[in-house]
Amino acid sequence: MSETVDRPPKKPARKPPARNPISTGSEWTFELIGRYDEEIAKCAAEFGIDTYPNQIEVISAEQMMDAYSSVGMPVGYHHWSFGKQFLNTAKGYQRGQMGLAYEIVINSDPCIAYLMEENTLPMQALVIAHACYGHNSFFKGNYLFRTWTDASAIIDYLVFARNYIAQCEERHGVDAVEQILDSCHALMNYGVDRYKRPAPISAAEEERRQKEREEYLQRQLNDLWRTIPKSQEDEADRDRRKRRYPEEPQENLLYFIEKNAPLLEIWQREIIRIVRKIAQYFYPQRQTQVMNEGWASFWHYTLLNRLYEKGLVTDGFMMEFLQSHTAVIYQPPFNSPWYSGINPYTLGFSIYSDLRRICENPTEEDRQWFPDFAGTDWVKTLHFAMQNFKDESFIQQFLSPKVMRDLKLFAIENDDQADAYKVTAIHDEPGYRVLREKLARQYNLSYREPNIQVWNVDIRGDRSLTLRHVPVDRIPLAEDTEEVLRHTHRLWGFDVHLESVDDAKLVQEFHCPPRDMDEEPDT
Amino acid sequence: MGMTHIVDRRLNGKNKSAVNRERFLRRYRQHIKKAVADAVQRRSITDIERGENVSIPSRDIQEPVFHHGQGGRREIVHPGNREYVAGDSIPKPPGGGGGGGGGKASPDGEGMDEFAFQITQEEFLDFLFDDLELPNLARKKLKDTEAFKYVRAGYSTQGIPARLDVVRSLRGAHARRLSLGGARRRKVRELERQLAELKSNPPEPDPAFRIEDQIAALEAEIARLKGNLKRIPFIDDIDLRFRQHQKKPQPATSAVMFCLMDVSGSMTQMHKDIAKRFFILLYLFLKKNYKKIDVVFIRHHTSAKEVDEEEFFYSRETGGTIVSSALKLMKKIVDARYSPAEWNIYAAQASDGDNWNDDSPVCGKLLQDGILPLVQYFAYVEITPQDHQMLWYEYEKVMAQSPNSFAMQQIADAGEIYPVFRQLFERKAA
Repeated sequence: MSETVDRPPKKPARKPPARNPISTGSEWTFELIGRYDEEIAKCAAEFGIDTYPNQIEVISAEQMMDAYSSVGMPVGYHHWSFGKQFLNTAKGYQRGQMGLAYEIVINSDPCIAYLMEENTLPMQALVIAHACYGHNSFFKGNYLFRTWTDASAIIDYLVFARNYIAQCEERHGVDAVEQILDSCHALMNYGVDRYKRPAPISAAEEERRQKEREEYLQRQLNDLWRTIPKSQEDEADRDRRKRRYPEEPQENLLYFIEKNAPLLEIWQREIIRIVRKIAQYFYPQRQTQVMNEGWASFWHYTLLNRLYEKGLVTDGFMMEFLQSHTAVIYQPPFNSPWYSGINPYTLGFSIYSDLRRICENPTEEDRQWFPDFAGTDWVKTLHFAMQNFKDESFIQQFLSPKVMRDLKLFAIENDDQADAYKVTAIHDEPGYRVLREKLARQYNLSYREPNIQVWNVDIRGDRSLTLRHVPVDRIPLAEDTEEVLRHTHRLWGFDVHLESVDDAKLVQEFHCPPRDMDEEPDT
Repeated sequence: MGMTHIVDRRLNGKNKSAVNRERFLRRYRQHIKKAVADAVQRRSITDIERGENVSIPSRDIQEPVFHHGQGGRREIVHPGNREYVAGDSIPKPPGGGGGGGGGKASPDGEGMDEFAFQITQEEFLDFLFDDLELPNLARKKLKDTEAFKYVRAGYSTQGIPARLDVVRSLRGAHARRLSLGGARRRKVRELERQLAELKSNPPEPDPAFRIEDQIAALEAEIARLKGNLKRIPFIDDIDLRFRQHQKKPQPATSAVMFCLMDVSGSMTQMHKDIAKRFFILLYLFLKKNYKKIDVVFIRHHTSAKEVDEEEFFYSRETGGTIVSSALKLMKKIVDARYSPAEWNIYAAQASDGDNWNDDSPVCGKLLQDGILPLVQYFAYVEITPQDHQMLWYEYEKVMAQSPNSFAMQQIADAGEIYPVFRQLFERKAA
């Protein structure tokens, strides 16, 4: 980030600025979109926002529904689940229950943003500021995206994936491919490396290496499954028998299956790999929802206000913009019929806005809580916060007492062994740190999703695969676990077991194929 | 920065999801077929031809993933606290309900645990008539003026300017110019060679043939030949070629469907309703599958009458029943307008089975001897929950004799219309 950026004056001029607006009507044209983009880019540069080049694509509502249903992949392989998604979206839209998103933005280089043609001009400007400068700079700056995704290669990779899967459908039939995809999707959230950095994906590389993989893979597999002649079994071998395979539990189930499942054909492994790569591509987004939406909202708000200060937009424009903005960051209270959890836009926007306040006008409380940056350069602080965290650690670091008070946060404990809910912390002095920690944990993916890893493969026996679940706070696995296990079984090809082990005690177990009733433990 | 590229994508195809949608319908075709069959029973007769809402139990289409179940201990942060302080306890609602959610009904009464979506009219009809066909359809003699099609039929030397084939005409002209001028052009080249020879390498002077004279003679000849060559026209009338089109009869299969319905007094409103629904299904099926098909509507009580679609379905009648009147009218119409040599002839008859007893053997005989030899397929549906009467037993005899071109079924209530319809027109394994 550049150190010497032109800053706007700290306080907007008191007297209303001379109006010389870019436009006065609400109808957009391509020229006007270009003009707004140009001016917004200038404002963004004032704040040192660094982005990939933008590609703005104007699309119709139908096309937006298409884009929606392919879960943000601009190029997708075919699968019934995307069709289901589409029907759902279309239904909601046609009944007017649901507006479409104003925008969809793709983490790619150039960064593709879809604008709906139905939007008014102020909405288009809002979307440009939000997506093309907010999300875009987040994709480019945040460490998770920098580490885990390769924006320049994703489109090519998706094209490769779609073509490959289409070829498989031709060769092996739509049904066979659909089955594999169904099973992969069931395990998709367990197809990511949480800690290791993956090799960046590149379509050219993929294609070049795909052949290579086909050859080596089979050899590797043969090695793993080779039966060792009994006579040669010595001390060391017996030792090895006691050892588990894999020696360390593996978190990436799809990767493990791709590399070790005994019976899969090459093309099936390749499909597992594709689903895994796409899961990996979306993994940073799942971990930075609050940060990313908050960042984009903060900047659409700040940039459009800056346009107003410069006299480039009218009062009417601002009224419409503020109305949309307010709707986007509205947080219904817990007892409202509209409540469905904490709105990530609200939380993120509040934290970034408060960071700016802490830098510009720190109180005594702020200096105590945030001695490192209270009273320092806000632009630098915000960029630092955006670049180096994910939701969990971002909240842990930057959620201020003021934001907790403003949102009136409180924590409720629901223990199935207790008769009543308990309020464990509220927005007061003793509660701040507890609340912050609880809320941060809520955004930790490995807390939100059950912790399930590959535990053992019975290499010399029945080849069964055993997964192990480690429950947190006695929270059990849901009913459709059996169903997921069936999918795992389809991929693995031999028996699959799942044990839930809490504190060295077996608390739940699942088997596919299911075991006889009498063998099931009491629960 | 500042490198924004703005693209108008609106003209690019929408419907990118069409394949995925089709995959979805394919996967759940059993559910959808059932919904379609239910809808056909439910809908009023005028109301078959539109899309349909289909609901599938959510559990059948959910995509399972590992996730947390109910139970254990959780602590969740909420916004909007008003009166709580730390340490407060809030009694759990009876029944140990979790955190809300689950089992709520949506405002329009459609269960939350249903996945609902719309299929289009076309998809509706596709599912409705899936796997059905007209039995014994055969290629009959080519006929029917509508079935002509213009096809390319080579080139002719005459035609209208719009059909002029420029390339072919010019190619012809070129060939003509070559063939007409070739010999002369060769001669010119030869003379020019002689001329050059004469000039560069003059022979011994010969008073009788002065070189100047020889040169002048050669030059005159060359000029004459060149003049001739120039007069060959670049393009001539005989070069012109016109694309020719010929009217060719299409190998069309002409089919006619006779719909015979009893509208006598013994047919109650319920009977007529069922009969009409059956025929509407049939009519939609024919319309959907055959571009060109004639439908003849015959209604009868004691006498039969050919009517149009509107009157067939919607006007009322009372009176006694003479079934043979309809069969006779049908035969008359076939003889007059639909020669079996040219037409595939189908007939469907609906009745409550009530007939003047004397007439039933006449019907059986008429059918067996007069009609079945002419038609591909004759289907009879008897709409009655009661015991059969004479007509049914007469028809059973017919069926025993001609099982391939005659079929009969009984419909007791509206729910059976669609299944019976399917049975009558099910695609037979080849």
